[in-house]
Amino acid sequence: MIYNEEYETMPREALEALQLKRLQNVVKRVYEKVPFYKKRFDDAGIKPEDVTSLDDLKRLPFTYKQDLRDNYPFGLFTVPMEDVVRIHASSGTTGKPTVVGYTKKDIETWSELMARVLVAGGATKHDIIHNAYGYGLFTGGLGFHYGAETLGASVIPISGGNTKRQIMIMQDFGPTVLTCTPSYALHLAEVAEEVGSDFKKMKLKSGFFGAEPWSTVMRKEIEKKLNISAIDLYGLSEIIGPGVSTECMEAKDGLHVFEDHFIPEIIDPVTEEVLPPGSQGELVFTTITKEAFPVIRYRTRDISTLNYDPCVCGRNFARMARVSGRTDDMLIIRGVNVFPSQIESVLLEIEGVEPHYQIMVDRDGALDILGIDVEVNETVFSDEIKNLQNLEKRIEHDIKDILGVSATVKLVEPKTIKRSEGKAVRVIDKRKI
Amino acid sequence: MKVEQISIFLENKSGRLAEVTRILGESGVNIRALSLADTTDFGILRIIVNNTEKAKDVLKKGGFTVGKTEVIAVEVPDHPGGLAGILDILKSEKLNVEYMYAFVERSGQCAVIIFRFDEIDRAIKVLGDKGVTVLPGEKVYAL
Repeated sequence: MIYNEEYETMPREALEALQLKRLQNVVKRVYEKVPFYKKRFDDAGIKPEDVTSLDDLKRLPFTYKQDLRDNYPFGLFTVPMEDVVRIHASSGTTGKPTVVGYTKKDIETWSELMARVLVAGGATKHDIIHNAYGYGLFTGGLGFHYGAETLGASVIPISGGNTKRQIMIMQDFGPTVLTCTPSYALHLAEVAEEVGSDFKKMKLKSGFFGAEPWSTVMRKEIEKKLNISAIDLYGLSEIIGPGVSTECMEAKDGLHVFEDHFIPEIIDPVTEEVLPPGSQGELVFTTITKEAFPVIRYRTRDISTLNYDPCVCGRNFARMARVSGRTDDMLIIRGVNVFPSQIESVLLEIEGVEPHYQIMVDRDGALDILGIDVEVNETVFSDEIKNLQNLEKRIEHDIKDILGVSATVKLVEPKTIKRSEGKAVRVIDKRKI
Repeated sequence: MKVEQISIFLENKSGRLAEVTRILGESGVNIRALSLADTTDFGILRIIVNNTEKAKDVLKKGGFTVGKTEVIAVEVPDHPGGLAGILDILKSEKLNVEYMYAFVERSGQCAVIIFRFDEIDRAIKVLGDKGVTVLPGEKVYAL
């Protein structure tokens, strides 16, 4: 199903003409209204009128998260505060929060995008939506809330926390759609089991999960435990919040980027070159319709690929692959860019191997050595040496195949890899460079 | 006629085998037979004990990866050529031995050898037909 046929199925030629017009407009606006952008553009030797084709996008300077912090809180807004009707902010775990603003029209745009997300995942105005994303400065809760209301569905604005009560409400109110982070979905399943509730007896049929990276294995687990179809969506507050891209229920093969509002690029995070479709690299977004807080070529640090092939659902928008990691974690091994998430995906493909692993990089003379410790669990354990050695060889083979780098895999006992309270420490780099 | 064997994944670092035997000892589990297969990175400890379920349970609780496999225990005449006679039978029947190890205990005038086959049921039948004694699990656990 498609919420906005006109835009979502627009032929590429018309879409590109629209994008160019909107891009020229936004570039002119930020140049005139925001001293930061004027300086950046001047330093790069480019004027708004130099943007005459979409190809000129790559000549524009990047915007980094640090730029948002340097202009904290409202320095990058292009409208006076009297026109700003909403303010959101990131959690600010690694410094000052990044603050974003919305005009009335921005909220309308965002609401429509979230309605598109819901419809792409099979929701209709007849659905009851249990929205367990956090309400507040975080964009998840209100993003879904406005999207659901725009669609005309019924929203239960439960927000996060108080999980036992959430289970009770799910039983009593009979929501058909769940929206929350994927990890909270699994937590709901655990708590339901504890209190003796059965998701199979509830009316839930689908769930929309985002705001954190998750894997195919996790999707299968959520779908099984909650007895629903799980849809992946993507967004970040710097661009608009949730609703930058989403999966369609027809294909579930990549997330359609709402290209009439955001232009995506994939770049090599080191050389900063724009990469051709299909290449893996860092996602960069330019917002082309936002009023209060447009951003030009925002470096997301998220790793993905772009696919411009037509989709069975009928949308013409490019599809981005599920975000597979962050450039902040990137390793360069023998000249090859390696992301821990790529190694993790190899491990996940091998049935039964839990992604408890540790990557060790060292240098022997001039040669980088990549070692991976993988914890053995009961599913893959065998009483025969050859089976375990074959497992090691298979992981080594798949890593070489996918990353183009050879690694030495060592099986280790369970629980021997240090657990972290927060972000897992996946890489120990012993190289002295 | 099958015997339950526990296998345990061990990293090649000092103290791991001691840890397994300590856990078993403290739980009152007695080891009847033992074999350790190793590579440069890891080892697999295979044991037959007097209480398989309990051993499995306490080792899992101790954080080890534990598997359970069925093997068979065969009486081998304790004289030159005793084992060769049994291996000849296996060879002529094309029964492939995954691994084997000897049992320290003795049963009458015979040694006991543990065999791991892929085709365990056929192995039991073939050996039985040829007059070889395959010991029942209860007897092995209690030896």
